[in-house]
Amino acid sequence: MTNEKGRFGIHGGQYVPEILMNAVNELEQAYDHYKNDPDFQRELETLFNEYANRPSLLYYAEKMTADLGGAKIYLKREDLNHTGAHKINNVLGQALLAKKMGKTRLIAETGAGQHGVASATAAALMGMECVVYMGEEDTIRQALNVYRMRLLGATVIPVTSGTATLKDAVSEAMREWTNRIEDTHYCLGSVMGPHPFPTIVRDFQAVISKEIKQQILAKEGRLPDAVLACVGGGSNAIGAFYHFIEDEGVRLIGCEAAGRGIDTFETAATVNTGKIGIFHGMKSYFCQDEYGQIAPVYSISAGLDYPGVGPEHAHLYDIGRAEYVPVTDDEAVNAFEYLARTEGIIPAIESAHAVAHAMKLAPTMGKDQIIVVNLSGRGDKDCAAIARYRGEDIHE
Amino acid sequence: MSKIKNAFNHGKAAVTFLTCGDPTLDVTAEAIRAAAANGADLIELGIPFSDPTAEGPVIQEASLRALKNGVTTDRVFDFVRELRADVTIPMVFVTYANVVYSYGAERFLSACHDIGIDGLILPDLPYEEKDEFLPLCHQYDVDLISTITLTSAGRIPMIAKEAEGFLYVLANGGGTRTVEETYEALSRTMQTIRETTSLPCAIDYDFGAVRHAGRLAGCADGVIVADELVKLLAEQGSSAVGAIGDYVHTLKEEITSEKPYVKIRCLAD
Repeated sequence: MTNEKGRFGIHGGQYVPEILMNAVNELEQAYDHYKNDPDFQRELETLFNEYANRPSLLYYAEKMTADLGGAKIYLKREDLNHTGAHKINNVLGQALLAKKMGKTRLIAETGAGQHGVASATAAALMGMECVVYMGEEDTIRQALNVYRMRLLGATVIPVTSGTATLKDAVSEAMREWTNRIEDTHYCLGSVMGPHPFPTIVRDFQAVISKEIKQQILAKEGRLPDAVLACVGGGSNAIGAFYHFIEDEGVRLIGCEAAGRGIDTFETAATVNTGKIGIFHGMKSYFCQDEYGQIAPVYSISAGLDYPGVGPEHAHLYDIGRAEYVPVTDDEAVNAFEYLARTEGIIPAIESAHAVAHAMKLAPTMGKDQIIVVNLSGRGDKDCAAIARYRGEDIHE
Repeated sequence: MSKIKNAFNHGKAAVTFLTCGDPTLDVTAEAIRAAAANGADLIELGIPFSDPTAEGPVIQEASLRALKNGVTTDRVFDFVRELRADVTIPMVFVTYANVVYSYGAERFLSACHDIGIDGLILPDLPYEEKDEFLPLCHQYDVDLISTITLTSAGRIPMIAKEAEGFLYVLANGGGTRTVEETYEALSRTMQTIRETTSLPCAIDYDFGAVRHAGRLAGCADGVIVADELVKLLAEQGSSAVGAIGDYVHTLKEEITSEKPYVKIRCLAD
């Protein structure tokens, strides 16, 4: 009788209140229909290419490669997408799907504000109403993004419950969805939550690895030895990994936010420090105490500041197909500055976690080997916070 | 079978919810005794969870207060064990799947059995996922309570057929409705349930004034008071015990007295 759908190994599932079951079932049916609909796929591809600036570049970071003296480093430039991050891929897909389903209103959660901005953008483009739930703490850390969302016509609702960060914004958006299902689509921003979200979001983000594969084959005539991406919920990482999962020779490395270190309580490295649990609609790894109370996590990066990880990552970890390494605040900030100076590219502090691990990994590899780092977003939004981290008195 | 059906043997049942340890476990114990002495038929005991995604602000805040006060699953088990020395009415736990899972489902359910807990309500465990805990619930004689909402529509027969203990009928949420629309939707829902099962049904609806509870009770076998007692505790702290007793007393009177007009409204009755 157990319904096996939406499972990645033991992970995933649909652990949501009964009141949401018809909504997630309706979404699943609609997605099953449209994912194979050539018109839908054509419309989405047009949006990707004509609006979001896809395909994104695969850039050979020659100076960084020479400086680190090991593997050849390529950067997948998701930071060059419209709105400045990979989030737009998922949002355009979901907004289009919602529109086909007859929904007129999008709600979304956001941490750093990137997904909120992307959602507000898609809603403006498609003439939909948009409400974004954002932890009050994050509305302060990312005030500029709050303004951007409002400028795009969205309503931003600060969430004050719990720790007033991303997990609370997710909880609040779920609550709001239970109150208004008829006309509202919950545009979840990562590969998490109840089935079918982890699958839908992965499919829309998988364009990243599809492009990497074509681009690297064109440039190098071979697959990379490793693909690196930062992991919070894990949407840019699963997007960068997906089309390489079957290619056993490609190492898949997720870079988690260790905050002040995985031996401290101020961390968000879920796979490294968490244990299996059930939360936000899914079974997966979560940072939690011995009684299953969800831990208040910490990272300098608001986008990785989440106590769980998507169920497909949990499964890839269980079966040993992907590795998940911790990267501290300090290492990420160093990488943020390093990439700016070396390549003239300011990465999002989230993406800087992946850059930081590439800086450790590349020198240990041969010059004939290749690393692809998914640069999931651009770092303009982080400049003030990083300046403050370095002790400079700067405010937006 | 558990004792839960006994809760529905004294007219319409008054089902009341309290969060364990808000403000303290001692006050929770006094509140439960006051509720039981004044006619409560079934007590829902909330084991606090850090992120109660299915609850509104009243219970969210109560959960956080209780956790801040150091309440843990083990302390709740000790608390219920002591309470069972004199409180004999059926009691069920309300908590979240992760609280059970992280404790170890078997360890959790065997403890429920040992301390005299009759049922388990997990708001984030829908029909599709109930096999996560159902075999162990059966092994340890704990009814796993199913929920039906006004948006459940085509899912009702499937859920009702396998339900045990009682059916938790949630009439809040799922869209904006006027009171009249809610009653209509509730009547249709109850009628569909009755086509499948005769299991007792209790309704959770934010009915506001106690005097409206009677009309609701007419639709079903009992009413669930989710927020009201928690609100009294939030407002008055330990001195709320008297008010809790009074509230439950009025509620029980209200739902057991005859309400002829209810028959007209509630097609299922």
